[in-house]
Order: sequence, then C-alpha cells, then structure tokens
Amino acid sequence: MAVTNDLIQQKLTAKFGEGFFHFEESYGMLTIEAPKEQNLKVLQFLYEEEELAFRFLTDLCAVNYPDLPGRELAVVYHLHNLADNLRIRLKVFTGIENPDIFTASKLFSSANWMERETYDFFGVNFVGHPNLKRILNVDEMDYFPMRKEFPLEDQTRRDKDDEMFGRG
Amino acid sequence: MSRPVRFNIHPIEAQLGNAISVAEAPDGYAGEGFFTARLSDVVGLARKNSLWPLPFATSCCGIEFMATMGSHYDLARFGSERVGFSPRQCDLLMVMGTIAKKMAPVLRQVYLQMAEPRWVMAVGACASSGGIFDTYSVLQGIDQVIPVDVYVPGCPPRPEAILDGFMKIQELVGQESIRRRNSEQYKALMNGYGIE
Repeated sequence: MAVTNDLIQQKLTAKFGEGFFHFEESYGMLTIEAPKEQNLKVLQFLYEEEELAFRFLTDLCAVNYPDLPGRELAVVYHLHNLADNLRIRLKVFTGIENPDIFTASKLFSSANWMERETYDFFGVNFVGHPNLKRILNVDEMDYFPMRKEFPLEDQTRRDKDDEMFGRG
Repeated sequence: MSRPVRFNIHPIEAQLGNAISVAEAPDGYAGEGFFTARLSDVVGLARKNSLWPLPFATSCCGIEFMATMGSHYDLARFGSERVGFSPRQCDLLMVMGTIAKKMAPVLRQVYLQMAEPRWVMAVGACASSGGIFDTYSVLQGIDQVIPVDVYVPGCPPRPEAILDGFMKIQELVGQESIRRRNSEQYKALMNGYGIE
C-alpha cells in the first residue's frame, strides 16, 4: 500500500499520542510540527517504520520568525520517501535565546553540512554535531547574517548617501 | 531576387607603412652611432610594452577579458601577449569580478606573491566597489585589501574600456621612477595595507 498523508498522520498519532503534533497540509504537502526535544525520535520513526520509510533528507534549513516570541527559529526538515515518491516537511520551533536542537547527523550523514550551514546563517546550535563551525561565511564573522535583526547590506561601508536611496 | 555572391577577388594592397606603430624613442641626445637617454625612460619604455598580466577572473568581467584577449580586440597589440598564471612571473594583477569576503585573503596572498614592480587593475563595478552586491558576504571593493592603480568602471566593462584601462596602466608604468618601491610615499601606502 502506497503511503499517504492520512496514513502518516494515523501512524504518528498512534505512536506519539494525540495532540503531540500539529499537522498542516499546504498544496498537497504534509507539514508536521513536533516539539523540538523529540525531533530525533520522530525522524527515527519516520525512517524506520516499514510503511513510511522516509529515508532521504532532501533539505534542512531554518526560518526566522521575529514576530513569534519563544518560537523565533524554525528548523525545517524536508523528507522524501523514494519508493512511493512522497515528500513531507517536519518543523521544529525553538526560541532564539536558547536555540538548541539535537543533531540529525547521526541519522542522515547529509545533515552534517546542512546543519553547519544552518548554524552559519541562523545560529541554531545543533547539540551533538561532530564539527559545528562556519561553512560558507568567513570565520571572523561574529553574527548570523540571515536573522532578520541584521540588515542585508554591508555595514562597513561609509560612502553611501542615504538620500540617494530614498531614505534620507 | 537572390543576392549575388561576391568574392573578394581584388583585395586592396595593404598599406603596411601606416599599420605598424613603433614605440616613440625617449628624449635623448643622438649622434653618429650612439644615443644617450635617461635609464629610467628606457626601462619604462621596455616595461610598459611588455607587461605580463595575471587575470584574476571570478565572474562576467572575466568573460569580457577573454574577448579582450581574443583576436578581435587583441590585448597582445599592447605588448602583453603573454598572460601568466603564476603571480611570481607577472607584473599586472587584473582583478575581474565579484570578490567575496572569503576570497579576500586569497587575493591578498596572490598580490603578495607578485614581485616588485607590480600594478593592480580593478576591472568592473564589483572589483572596484562591490557593485550591486552590497551585502554581508561581498568585499566592497578590492582596495580594502590591496592597493589599486587603475579602476575600470562598467558592469561589465566593454573590451574597449578594459583596453583603455590597460593603456592608463601603461602610462603609469612608463612614467614611474624605476625604483618606486623605495619612495616614502609607496612605503607609506604599503604600510597602510599592512604589507612590508
């Protein structure tokens, strides 16, 4: 039997209990929100359960929501069931003060670099990661550039006249 | 009506006398069988007509440079037939394209490996000022890490503009003193970049 969004919801609810998850479906793609402490348990279950078999981590990234207090950072896992060609999203939210998330690099080797990238740009601290350091930006960078609190433009420039950009 | 095919069967005889340009001799005193001139003029003449460029091309300006090196625009006419890819042999560093902040130490290292005398040309908006990439990851002009002699504007500049910049470099090379690296001004400039 091919796996469906309903089946995933049933299986997860049966395993982890009612009210544990928050499900959402946008454009036919299931989005599962889980408590951040349980992210590995959920990933493991989705991986190992014969019928679900989400064994490919397509992408791992973060989103910054500065307007949600206590849930400023979301870490998003894009999972793929290669046999049935079904994709789902798993989201976990964390506060920006203490952005600790358990690393998925033990389960998916590809998570190693993607978690480093997520740390580099958003400052998510992946607990248990073997080599959590900057991967794309310069090592001397002392902030996380994709967080919304930091402006996109280079702040070291002194030669720009704000009036020329309509904000004088 | 179809167009007649035309063949160039009566080519105009080439007037080679006008096509060859000979570098002008420096000011000096000429007599029967001898010529005296200032050594710096002669060395400048030799240097400016045999510059070895080192292309440091990271993006679209590099493509324009390839056209500049090609037969149509032909940078070789200016005495730089030989494009070197080892900084130790080259005189002119041509930086073409966006330099990310992570690339900056690499660029600086390449510059340090060049032997004196050396010149630097920033080709295009990105190398000169960061261009449209006013963002956290891009160096806002290579003059933040190495001194630049000539800036070529454009996004990307046309080959003519690169040639014009190259001729500006030649002007500098021909007029500079032989040992500019010994001048106080040059030492101060290098120290300003933290280069010995």
